[in-house]
Amino acid sequence: MRGRLAIAIGTDDRREHSSSPGPGEGELLARLQAGDEEAFACLVDRHHAAMVRIARGYVRSQAVAEEVAQEGWLGLLRGLDRFEGRSSLRTWLFRIVVNRAISTGLHERQHLPVADSELGDDGGRFSQDGWWVTPPVHWADEAVDRMVAPEVAARVRRFVAELPPAQRQVVTLRDVEGLPSADVCDILGISEGNQRVLLHRARTRIRQHLEQEAVW
Amino acid sequence: MVTTPRAKPDGHDITCRQAVALMTDYLDGALSEDDRALVEAHLGECEACTEHLRQIRVTVTVTGRVRDEDLNPRAREDLMNLYRRWQADREP
Ligand SMILES: [Zn+2]
Repeated sequence: MRGRLAIAIGTDDRREHSSSPGPGEGELLARLQAGDEEAFACLVDRHHAAMVRIARGYVRSQAVAEEVAQEGWLGLLRGLDRFEGRSSLRTWLFRIVVNRAISTGLHERQHLPVADSELGDDGGRFSQDGWWVTPPVHWADEAVDRMVAPEVAARVRRFVAELPPAQRQVVTLRDVEGLPSADVCDILGISEGNQRVLLHRARTRIRQHLEQEAVW
Repeated sequence: MVTTPRAKPDGHDITCRQAVALMTDYLDGALSEDDRALVEAHLGECEACTEHLRQIRVTVTVTGRVRDEDLNPRAREDLMNLYRRWQADREP
């Protein structure tokens, strides 16, 4: 019974969370197109921090990432009349940011840097034969309540920030922003396969950190 | 996707390492019917991997709560100014 509870929290709750409360995207878009400043402010509150984080994966400094995110907003405003709603507004916005960040960071690195080490398998946890060396300590059910505390979120934010760049980008879009896999591949210009490997690695690392929080 | 396991104790068609390696694809619904069945059969018999899956789900949930982040008021003000300049240019 408790196991089922944890599983339910792991999926549905997140979806609810990622579609933040308040006006829906369609409504905000319509209001923005009609020149409503409040709608713009609302979108900024929702997406700016993520846009800066995404840009940061491509450029050298926080200041440049802020500039890139600003240019992203300008790109949104300028393209407002052309937006056809084929992707979500958020996906479109993130894609503008990535394109801007890539052209800004052109002399630094051209593509999302995916290091080989980020795609390799994680050794040590399994025996030669492929069984657990040390089976996972149980903490998932017990930890659910504790894990939702705000101070845990602050620590997880740090774990995410410390991930290798490509893993950080993917987990930010997938698990922090809650975007579907296809949108993330589209935004970052990576294959579904690579995206999932990077996500797998990122989740594995964050899980390890959480284990240290949960078990002592 | 799944390679032949080197050793398989009774009842297990895939190893724990393989089950864990497939978990992200499993959660994404990206596995073939066959692989999905293998993972589910493994999970049905392996408490360690089931707990691992639970932990990954908790991880995803917790990561999803990182989102709420206060925007620095200065950045917000800059963006609102950007909006007003754009609006002013737009309306003749
Ligand atoms: Zn197992």
